Amino acid sequence: MPEIRVTEVSHAFGDGPARRLVLRDVDVTLTEHRVGIVGANGSGKSTFVRLLNGLVHPDSGTVTIDGRDTVRDGREVRRRVGFCFTDPDAQIVMPTVAEDIAFGLRRRGLSKDEVRARTAAALTAYGLDGHADHPAHLLSGGQKQLLALASVLVTEPDLLVLDEPTTLLDLRNAEMVRRLVDGLAQQVVLVTHHLDLLDGFDRVLVFDEGRIVHDGSPAHAVAAYRTLVAR
Amino acid sequence: MALTAVPLFLPGSSPVHRLGAGAKLLGLLGTGVALAVWRSPWQVGLALALVLALHAVARLPLRVLGRQVVGLAWVAVPLLVVQWVLASWQTGVGVVGSFVSLVLLAGLVTVTTRTTAMVDVVVRVCGWLRRFGVDPERVGLMLALGIRSVHVVLGLAQEVREAQYARGLRSSPRAFAVPLLVRSLRHADRLGEALSARGVDD
Ligand SMILES: Nc1ncnc2c1ncn2[C@@H]1O[C@H](COP(=O)(O)OP(=O)(O)OP(=O)(O)O)[C@@H](O)[C@H]1O
Ligand SMILES: [Mg+2]
Repeated sequence: MPEIRVTEVSHAFGDGPARRLVLRDVDVTLTEHRVGIVGANGSGKSTFVRLLNGLVHPDSGTVTIDGRDTVRDGREVRRRVGFCFTDPDAQIVMPTVAEDIAFGLRRRGLSKDEVRARTAAALTAYGLDGHADHPAHLLSGGQKQLLALASVLVTEPDLLVLDEPTTLLDLRNAEMVRRLVDGLAQQVVLVTHHLDLLDGFDRVLVFDEGRIVHDGSPAHAVAAYRTLVAR
Repeated sequence: MALTAVPLFLPGSSPVHRLGAGAKLLGLLGTGVALAVWRSPWQVGLALALVLALHAVARLPLRVLGRQVVGLAWVAVPLLVVQWVLASWQTGVGVVGSFVSLVLLAGLVTVTTRTTAMVDVVVRVCGWLRRFGVDPERVGLMLALGIRSVHVVLGLAQEVREAQYARGLRSSPRAFAVPLLVRSLRHADRLGEALSARGVDD
């Protein structure tokens, strides 16, 4: 598994009186296969995971993935870190399903035949077989999220970051995404409010007001999170 | 306009489908130029007949054409009436007929050509822009995003309308436009982020 090393990171948004410290001295190293992140709205979870592929540059401190700095080697890091967002609509770039999966491959300069073969394999692997030429906007929410995931995974990242991938989905579609994530060989960092998604995870971080306030097994972390909320 | 009035790619194996994307786009461009020059009623009628014949050759379901015609009628009929009153019926038929022919032809090209193929043509055609520091790949990406965005924004429009119905609001243009604009901007923001995450910025 890649080594995610976050060292003494603080980050604020806004200037002057509107300035808000969103991450405070976050210091953590993640090497586990499955890492979950929970915490209240606005506690800094999304900001934290956006650090991992250089979408957010830390005000102070450093973030490295296997020794590569996310700011200095941003390009290399983004090649190795796949990212899946909450809103599947905003992640789909091309009008049809197969074209969207092929998009990332074409950008990597693969031959036409290789793009075609890998796209076909991905369509099968992610259960989008009958939908190759379907317009992406006519898919269900769950299928859209599967497509977004397929389009990221087809480029074979070493680490997959998911920021609330099931928030907009119903139970059945969320289950579809959970099964897919469960079967992944690569390292996964998952932010979620659906606590049952974290069953079987190796490590769960609990965020509160920009700090990691608990770090441990899913059962302990969920208990800690519940106490935090009840406080 | 309803979501279904937007032409979408439909896979097929007709001669029109198999024709290269470059040839189709060139044909569309040529027709546009020709109709700007020749627009007497019979010339326009010929163009329209040709476009309809091509739809038949492409073996598309009739409802694909029907939906576009219904969508166009909202613009074409008032335009025809205005031209007729202000100028002559010949002018009206010329202007409206060439407009309708072109839109239907553009629809035919969209329905029978993969976006990727069109993007490839645009990237090739824009190759010379490289000398001026413009990345042709980026121009192609803009085109693909543009097509996809039409679908997304129409979907958002439907959402806004449904949300208004649900809350029992009477439809007013402003009550429709403002939330649609907000949602579209938010979509653009997220899309930008997703593109960076997929390495497009690099
Ligand atoms: N681009 C930005 N500009 C300004 N403020 C921001 C920006 N992004 C996040 N924030 C603020 O930073 C804080 C933490 O946001 P973040 O998105 O990291 O929280 P979160 O834990 O992911 O919350 P949620 O559960 O609602 O997704 C919030 O107060 C938010 O308003
Ligand atoms: Mg968040």
